[in-house]
Amino acid sequence: MGANVRAAIHLAVALVVLAVAAPPFVFAAETPDPVADAKAFQKFFTQKFPKLKPEDFVNGPYSMNEDMHKQWEEKEQFPPYEFSLEAGKEMFTKPFSNGKSYADCFANGGIGVRQNYPIFDAKEGKVVTLELALNRCREANGEAPLSYVKDDMAALTAYMAFTSRGKPFDIKIPNDPRALEAYENGKRYFYTRRGQLNFSCASCHVQNPGERIRAEILAPALGILNAMPIYRSEWSGMGTTSRRFTTCNSQIRGVPLEPQADEYRDLEYYLSYVSNGLPISGPGARP
Amino acid sequence: MMRTTILLVAGLMSASATSSLAAGSEADYKAAFAAAEAANKEAGSLRNQWTVTAAALSDAKKAADKGDFDQAVAAAKEAEALAKASIFQATSEKDAWKALEIH
Repeated sequence: MGANVRAAIHLAVALVVLAVAAPPFVFAAETPDPVADAKAFQKFFTQKFPKLKPEDFVNGPYSMNEDMHKQWEEKEQFPPYEFSLEAGKEMFTKPFSNGKSYADCFANGGIGVRQNYPIFDAKEGKVVTLELALNRCREANGEAPLSYVKDDMAALTAYMAFTSRGKPFDIKIPNDPRALEAYENGKRYFYTRRGQLNFSCASCHVQNPGERIRAEILAPALGILNAMPIYRSEWSGMGTTSRRFTTCNSQIRGVPLEPQADEYRDLEYYLSYVSNGLPISGPGARP
Repeated sequence: MMRTTILLVAGLMSASATSSLAAGSEADYKAAFAAAEAANKEAGSLRNQWTVTAAALSDAKKAADKGDFDQAVAAAKEAEALAKASIFQATSEKDAWKALEIH
């Protein structure tokens, strides 16, 4: 009996010591807090580039210095994505062979909704990007899916982005542990080093925005998806978010995952969420 | 004359040494290639394969197809080392990624 009491006292003392000794931030760090993450993320970039307004970040490398900004202004006179935008509008409005169209698959007929994607689909328990939603729309209407990386998919998303220009990113993380897990997975993917060059997304787009990597000026991660899809001079054509993710992976000598793999969907969810409040600027043009 | 004979013998000896080495290393190549492929498969299960591993595996296969098993073994061993490095990276990054996070 005496021994039991002593053991109970020891246990109680140990618990009290643990509760007092364990710093509260240890627990805070373990609990995902997307709101705090986004705040810290945006603060990091606005402090790093104090001359830029938050909405300037959506212009990527063109926001990084005056010369680049002038180049961007000139480019916007005759934007290289214009042909894709027109093709996208035509594709978007043309009915499928069953008479339905993309407008039937989206809220508000698909106009001005790009800023809400990716969404978390509670039914599937996964993140659904705009590109994925477009292909699902096609398949639901008996059409073959499009390539995720260029041409038609870029044209469609270019048109949808254009109808959302100026609208702030408004990504929602519902009160669902699976949504929070997807967000956390996206965050982990963003910061994880990979490829023979041992780079993470953050190595370039957090640690070195504004710096050159060979001839390119690196874009800040804040607002990086707001301009998607983009015309890249380096690609001599349009590219989607999927194309951007897969080429980033191969540039650091990592084998890219298949477009719209769960990891990429979650990454897009995370990166879009932390840019909430910044306006959609897509389609964009990049060097 | 004497010198020519010596050179010829030396040449023949070296040729025979090379061919016996090559004949003996086909099995080495197969073993090295299998080990590299297994390591790269493991990297794949960690979603972290490297492009250079695939390139080294392809080089190994090309060299083996030409009968150059020395080169084939060297490339396969390089592929295995690269695959193991990618596994190490994926494993250590399970926690190390947090060091880069913005707080």
